[in-house]
Amino acid sequence: MVEVSIDQPAVESVAPAAVSAVGAPEWLNARRQSAWQKFQDTETPGRTDQLWRFSSLRQLKLKGVSYAGEVAAADAQALSAQSAMLEDVAARFVFVNEACVTHDVLDASLEAAGVKVLPLDQALVELGDVVEKHFMAREAKLGSAKYMALHEAAASSGVVVFVPKGVEVSKPIEITHWVSGADVMVFPHTLIVAEDNASVKVIDQFRSADDASANWVVGANDLVAGDGARIGYYAVQELNAASRAILVNNSVAGKNATTTSFVLNTGGKWVRTENMSYVQGEGANSYMLSVSLPDSGQEYDQRTFQHHKSPHTVSDLLFKNALFGKSRTVFSGLIMVDEGAHYTDAYQTCRNLLNSDEAEANSMPGLEINADQVKCSHGSTSAQIDRDELFYFLARGIDEHVARFMVIAGYTQEVIEKIGDEAIEALLADRIEAKLRTIGV
Amino acid sequence: MSTEVQTVSQIAAEKDDVGNFKFPEKHKYDAGYGLTEKTIDYICDVKDDPDWVREFRKRALKVFESKPMPTHWASEDLDNIVFENIRYYLSSGDRPTRSWDEVPDEIKETFERLGIPEQERKFLAGVEAQYDSEAAYSNVKEVLEEQGVIFVNSTEGLKKHPEIFKKWFGKVIPTTDNKFSALNSAVFSGGSFIYVPPGVKVSHPLQAYFRINSENFGQFERTLIIADEGSEVVYMEGCTAPKFETSTLHSAVVELVAMPGAKIQYITVQNWSNNVFNLVTKRGLAHENAEIRWIDCNIGSRLTMKYPGVVMKGRKARGEVISIALANDGQHQDTGAKMIHEADETSSNVVSKSISVGTGRSTYRGQVSIPKHLKGCKNNTECDALLINTNSKTDTYPAITVNGNQHATQHEASVSQVSEDMLFYMQQRGLSEGEAMSLAVNGFVNDLVREFPMEYSVELKRLIELEMEGSVG
Repeated sequence: MVEVSIDQPAVESVAPAAVSAVGAPEWLNARRQSAWQKFQDTETPGRTDQLWRFSSLRQLKLKGVSYAGEVAAADAQALSAQSAMLEDVAARFVFVNEACVTHDVLDASLEAAGVKVLPLDQALVELGDVVEKHFMAREAKLGSAKYMALHEAAASSGVVVFVPKGVEVSKPIEITHWVSGADVMVFPHTLIVAEDNASVKVIDQFRSADDASANWVVGANDLVAGDGARIGYYAVQELNAASRAILVNNSVAGKNATTTSFVLNTGGKWVRTENMSYVQGEGANSYMLSVSLPDSGQEYDQRTFQHHKSPHTVSDLLFKNALFGKSRTVFSGLIMVDEGAHYTDAYQTCRNLLNSDEAEANSMPGLEINADQVKCSHGSTSAQIDRDELFYFLARGIDEHVARFMVIAGYTQEVIEKIGDEAIEALLADRIEAKLRTIGV
Repeated sequence: MSTEVQTVSQIAAEKDDVGNFKFPEKHKYDAGYGLTEKTIDYICDVKDDPDWVREFRKRALKVFESKPMPTHWASEDLDNIVFENIRYYLSSGDRPTRSWDEVPDEIKETFERLGIPEQERKFLAGVEAQYDSEAAYSNVKEVLEEQGVIFVNSTEGLKKHPEIFKKWFGKVIPTTDNKFSALNSAVFSGGSFIYVPPGVKVSHPLQAYFRINSENFGQFERTLIIADEGSEVVYMEGCTAPKFETSTLHSAVVELVAMPGAKIQYITVQNWSNNVFNLVTKRGLAHENAEIRWIDCNIGSRLTMKYPGVVMKGRKARGEVISIALANDGQHQDTGAKMIHEADETSSNVVSKSISVGTGRSTYRGQVSIPKHLKGCKNNTECDALLINTNSKTDTYPAITVNGNQHATQHEASVSQVSEDMLFYMQQRGLSEGEAMSLAVNGFVNDLVREFPMEYSVELKRLIELEMEGSVG
């Protein structure tokens, strides 16, 4: 068990800028002050707030939550040692309670190509203009404005990835955020900027240092893909079953660019993800993917926004939830096509596989279409494993337990396969399998 | 509270502080502008309502006043309704006498194009007196009475059949359901009351068509239909001709009760003129093995907000909503369906098609709910939207809640436009672009139009053709 070394100030009552702004540039301090004011001025979401329909609002209480404090060096090193997800990576970062414990850029050729992979504080010095331009540049439209204001005010750690024009980073960059201590809050941030025709993949992991302490994560990431650029962002949320999180993903795709965001939810008690994708430039593509496996007592609240702003753009969303025990999911998605964004192809699919009589799935797929030359559709299904499908397995001598496992793993595989990177796909499949075994499928 | 029957002059003398109403001629009743307790007293006095109805109305008024406008999710256009500028009760002809000359030219033109006979045009436009229709209504009534069916207006229903009426009135849609159901409950007038005895299968559809301009025609009609065990009834309201309606607010409440094994089919073809806010609450309660089908077509109005629903309370109950919406320039059709499953093995089906023309906006808003510990429930929802012009708009906002692992729900929605290849193909065969577009649109809704009775489906197709005229280019 890792102990928090000092008593930390309560999140609701002490301006984080006063705690963490030492050495920060002037513009950042000003934004932090303004964001803190916004956090205080913005009301906590209520029952009639459409953006929080079906949400368990009681989970939003911050009373008694403190800023995460420093962790003993030995404990931090121990956590760092068990962080690696992929064998072959371009860079590896490990944060424990926001402190950067590991900062390994393993591929020496990156630096020569002008690629920067830096902790946030260092990036503020080396890439000040880039951070100022893109850090929290977009409004949190899907309901978490208050919590993103807190994030903007408090975020002091995270990773900034900058890939210059035409450079392809072939190996993934791996980041792990550990949270340690009871009722502590962290604000991890990942900013990825890929200039024109550049490409990069980042895998971001959120984990608790122990199984029992309730942690709070208010994380955000910005993906900015220039013309013809490609960004893949894969989040793995494996907090302990006492923890809560709000994770907001913002992606912008320029002309002919492609952004892919993926979220795997297996941990946490209550986790809200908000994914906003701005399919901005003509010919841009956005792929939004998610697999969630909530078990008893877990609740995942998923909000998405596919905003088509130019003609000839494509977005495709596929979210799959497999629910167990007394678990709950909420999916609310919106495809918005602006006037003039003709020849838009937009799809949105949410599938819920209910494996328990006590599970609850809520779906609110949405469309707002303001241009006529479009192909847009959404679909949502909620059902259980087909009995005929199980019978098929049983008739071939496969045990029902094994058959269920295979069906559920296969169900999630359709999402994983869309990633198109064997190592990342294998990692995610492995995590899904581990969760299914924990549940006892 | 007075239960004496008062003369018109007595009422006028007592209530002249209600508003700036006047009686332009004998047998005209006008509660004036705005809504207060006095308005309700006026309505109750004129209609000679029993005490319980007066209390019901007054309770509803308080609910109406206390409920906020549902603008947190609905169209902001609702904010343009000025409740003080509305007259809540006009009767005995219901509205000031109107001449054929007052009917707008475009409405006359539409009657002409639809091929509606001269006499019927005047009737549909609300110019003609209602005696002819009352006669027709009476003939229908005689046939029904032989079967024991009650088919009267709601005022007559609550007075002559209180034992049935009171049992179900306001039970499917409580006054507190929403601001506009509360408004209707406060000032309701007109609408139908139908009771079908056990086992009776009414052979002909019952139509409100005959009573459009009858005594209790109003902006706040209230319809209650009860189909007793094993009975069947089809009810149609509205007409496929355009309604010339000068009022700005129409807020009806329709409650259906299908007892075990009963079937109710409720068909609406609405084509209000485009200055009307059409804010309607419709819901059915289906008991064991019962079936309720809403077949709904919305073409007119400025803003329609209507989400017919079925509460499936008994095992194996079925609910269905089939709807077509056409939103033309300046119109917003915000329609949808609510399917509330409350018993095992219940099933529901929603098929919705919308067409947006010019600056028109169509919205599908739906709710499907399968609560805990039910078994074997199914829902299927399909929404298709067709956009005709570059500035046409469409939205889809369903909400589906499923509890447990013994159900199946699926929702699919798609948005598309008429393909250029299809238009080109038809034009190559001699059709104008407008005719080709009209044909394509009719093809889009054809499978649903077939669900309407034949005479309705023919006029519906022609109405769609008319709406599509001039939409291309």
